[in-house]
Amino acid sequence: MRTLIKNGTVIDPGHIHEIADILIEGSIVTRIDKHADMGRLTAPDTTESRIQPDHVIDAAGLWVVPGLMDMHVHLREPGEEYKETIASGISAAAAGGFTRICCMPNTRPVNDNRQITEFIIHESQKLASVRVLPVAAISKNLEGIEICEYGELMDAGAVALSDDGRPLVDSLLMRRALEYSKSMGLRIISHCEEPTLAKGVMNEGPAATAKGLSGIPNAAESIMVMRDIALSELTGVPVHIAHVSALESIRAIRDAKARGVSVTAETAPHYFTLTDTDVAAYDTHAKMNPPLRSEKDRDAVCQGLVDGTIDVIASDHAPHSRLEKEVAFDAAAFGIIGLETSLALSLRLVIKKVLTIEQLITKMALNPARILGLPCGISQGLSADLTIIDPDMPHVYSAETGFSKSRNTPFDGWKFTGRSVYTIVGGKIIFNL
Amino acid sequence: MAWSKKDILDMESLSVEEISTILDVATGMKEISERPIKKVPTLRGKTVVLFFHEPSTRTRVSFDIAAKRLSADVIAISAGTSSLVKGETLIDTARNLQAMKPDILVIRHGSSGVPSMLAGKIAASVINAGDGTHAHPTQALLDMMTVMERKGNLNGLKIAIVGDIAHSRVARSNIVGFSRMGAKIRLAGPPTMMPRGIESLGCCVTDVMDDAIADADVVMMLRIQKERQGNPLIPSEREYAKRYGLTLQRLKKAKPDAIIMHPGPMNRGVEIAPDVADGPHAVILDQVTNGVALRMALLFLLSGGGRDADAH
Repeated sequence: MRTLIKNGTVIDPGHIHEIADILIEGSIVTRIDKHADMGRLTAPDTTESRIQPDHVIDAAGLWVVPGLMDMHVHLREPGEEYKETIASGISAAAAGGFTRICCMPNTRPVNDNRQITEFIIHESQKLASVRVLPVAAISKNLEGIEICEYGELMDAGAVALSDDGRPLVDSLLMRRALEYSKSMGLRIISHCEEPTLAKGVMNEGPAATAKGLSGIPNAAESIMVMRDIALSELTGVPVHIAHVSALESIRAIRDAKARGVSVTAETAPHYFTLTDTDVAAYDTHAKMNPPLRSEKDRDAVCQGLVDGTIDVIASDHAPHSRLEKEVAFDAAAFGIIGLETSLALSLRLVIKKVLTIEQLITKMALNPARILGLPCGISQGLSADLTIIDPDMPHVYSAETGFSKSRNTPFDGWKFTGRSVYTIVGGKIIFNL
Repeated sequence: MAWSKKDILDMESLSVEEISTILDVATGMKEISERPIKKVPTLRGKTVVLFFHEPSTRTRVSFDIAAKRLSADVIAISAGTSSLVKGETLIDTARNLQAMKPDILVIRHGSSGVPSMLAGKIAASVINAGDGTHAHPTQALLDMMTVMERKGNLNGLKIAIVGDIAHSRVARSNIVGFSRMGAKIRLAGPPTMMPRGIESLGCCVTDVMDDAIADADVVMMLRIQKERQGNPLIPSEREYAKRYGLTLQRLKKAKPDAIIMHPGPMNRGVEIAPDVADGPHAVILDQVTNGVALRMALLFLLSGGGRDADAH
């Protein structure tokens, strides 16, 4: 099977950004023919006539980029299949332009053992679609008491470690986890939240006070970010900070990077899109953890993306059903879905010229893979994991017709410009519009 | 003015004109409770559901009496007797309540925002009888009515509110309501009881009691929640009483004709000294009396009374 993607603007930041044809043979990229090199004007279809592909995608006017990777997704299987399954999550990811997703271990049972890791990989591979890369737990049953068997988890196929959803409160345990994981090379992804300060349901400030809702201050996050930076310095082991939302956290990460600490960070699209005053009162579809912050924090998140303090955009896709969301605000579950809106929301930053397209692709495709030590990019000989984006396509996101099993999103009905139109994994088209 | 509002959810959503209308109608209602036969047929055939999902005696009884004096049929559902809510979504709750075809739903809930969430989903009028730490608009309105009676107007009055502002829906609704009517609000309490950004509701904040009550026309004392355990905001009631309790000595800082208010129930000897609570400045029982008239006025207006009145 030969697939030719012709006339697209191929963007692999730091490597190529020009119009080129890409030939895929089997699952591998075998040729990248830059039009400039071939004298395209005189012989526009040279490649096609020469190699006689089985399938041709005309990507004129489209961006062909390395397959997007969402390193922070909750798939809910095993245990909460009424919210999302591996299959439905994969469909949503493929529609959102993702070729790889990392799934967090807070399933039921928790992914803290070889069997669950292998189950997730097995179930996802049966579908031969988006690559699902399990993140296993740092501590057994996410209890923050004992570390898991990281060697076993690595052998089973886990790509990172996290107790996401719950902070690792015990600093000594965090130190041990960093030290012990070092020999496996599994990155620790830290959910930073100081629980005694974080007893609230939305961002602390005037909006929460007026609504009579208990607040979560920025310091609940930044205190633990600072602790984890200190522990990374102490141990010399890298740490990745999940879903950064607060200005103070970003400052701390920026300072740490400047002095050479091996810390990386991600944020989610809602933190650079919305603030705590942008959403309707008591809309549980805008309740997530960390919470939507103030205007100052949103600006700081954007600045952190621009200057490289924040390496990654990840959705923190967190499906919940109506049972968890159609209740009182303080009783509602934290989290929103994001796989199908992440790219469109991020492209808004490119449209507004906050980020260049290279920066965006770096944060949504290359950096997540680099942080976890996985191959990435568009090169001859690499797996053909590609996303094709139509930067001009207008569309309206509808949660109702989305692929996720859940509908908990504040972005229902939003109008966007630009979306993925092809998602290709190992040379196979797993989604096309 | 003709009444057009379906629900009473918070003070933010009431205009100056609407507040004035409510207070006028409430003043007219007072006389009914003075009659030997305390009942008028105004709401005959109307159904009022009192849905109290959090313990309450004072407010529930006040609504109950108000509805009965207007001849409405009153059904009380309290948390203890209700199978509604357990394990069901708010949509389910709303649908079940709506299926009983009430005209007015009075709701008290421990979670902020629930009355607003239900109001958007059901046809009946909704009156918020207190939700979480968000709002208690009927308390604010009866407080405004009581101050009006004593002071003649609200514009320009200096009002001190003292106590645990962070956990007080009464404080939030009073700040918004009184400031909308032109009064100047000063809050006092230990900083641990002062929520972040409260100034944005229209008030200024101090942690010195005497600064708040200096030259005040109205001093409103809030209940200190003894039951708030596990997350103590003050080291002891003794120290709180010393620093923030209203004593005769402290009261001298206020205007000579200042009135003392308390939404009840009081902790005598903690936030308010017994001789102040029982003294000539206190209007605490007037608040309770006015509560019935005020709630009669709201039930009347929401069940179409405002339109009739305007036609006359």
